[in-house]
Amino acid sequence: MNRDEIQAKVKDVLVDALGVDDDEVVPTAALGADLGAESIDYLDISFRLEKAFGIKIEQGEMIPEAALQNPEFVKDGKISDAGMAELKRLMPYADFSALEEDRNVTRVVDVFTVDAMVKFVEMKLEKK
Amino acid sequence: MRWIWIDRITALEKGLRCAAVKNVSLAEEHLHDHFPAVGSRKAMPIMPAPLIIEGMAQTAGIMVGHARDFAEKVILAKITKATFERDVFPGQTLIYEATLDRIDAAGAATTGTVYVIDPAGASPKRELVGVIELMFSHIDQNMKGLAFPEHNFVFTDQFMDLLRNSGFGGKR
Repeated sequence: MNRDEIQAKVKDVLVDALGVDDDEVVPTAALGADLGAESIDYLDISFRLEKAFGIKIEQGEMIPEAALQNPEFVKDGKISDAGMAELKRLMPYADFSALEEDRNVTRVVDVFTVDAMVKFVEMKLEKK
Repeated sequence: MRWIWIDRITALEKGLRCAAVKNVSLAEEHLHDHFPAVGSRKAMPIMPAPLIIEGMAQTAGIMVGHARDFAEKVILAKITKATFERDVFPGQTLIYEATLDRIDAAGAATTGTVYVIDPAGASPKRELVGVIELMFSHIDQNMKGLAFPEHNFVFTDQFMDLLRNSGFGGKR
């Protein structure tokens, strides 16, 4: 499956799960900030991606919950340097440039753009 | 009045499906406000659609809870889809059929179909009322590490008694 095909399927998943219009799902759109995704929506998206691509997504694989609750990585609501390194290791498909400037942990979900989702699926399909 | 929108569970297969029925009754107080007489229009008691969704949520919620032996606190988190084809009136019987699409530690996704039987109708056949897709969260496994009371406040005696009286054990 090439990137265009993956992108088209990811778009369908996001339209179904989030109830947004086709044209809102652009590569730079953040699932939370731009498309209105809430925590339950990430579970819905995860289930739908599994079904659409025949992949298995473990709990905590898409959003690294364990890392975010580790006091070594997040101190007083800010992500430490060690935390940034760990997040980049766990999520090589995401773009962390904005988070480098503003280390607020509440901003982590902003790295989940449509493009990051597409790259995540590509990574999963390669590993299969 | 009690917040129980199903009267009996008719089928329960672990991890697969659950079916339940609800009889719509004029003894239900809210039907007299939904809708009352206004001007020249007479009273029109109609089963509110949100309560049909709640009936499905209770049916599917029991299915999801039962799949993990009621160890989890199962909370309705998202109504993914709810479409309705017809109204439902007092004296009719609602039939809820839920199937489990996917379950994991964080929660579950369910699909459900609602039917209605009209005992006074021309045909005893059941008619389609609608399709309802839901998502549930296992709140003890939430991402933020929030703590909830230890006892299971979701699967109360009300639901466990219903299960038992329907012939499905009902042990927590």
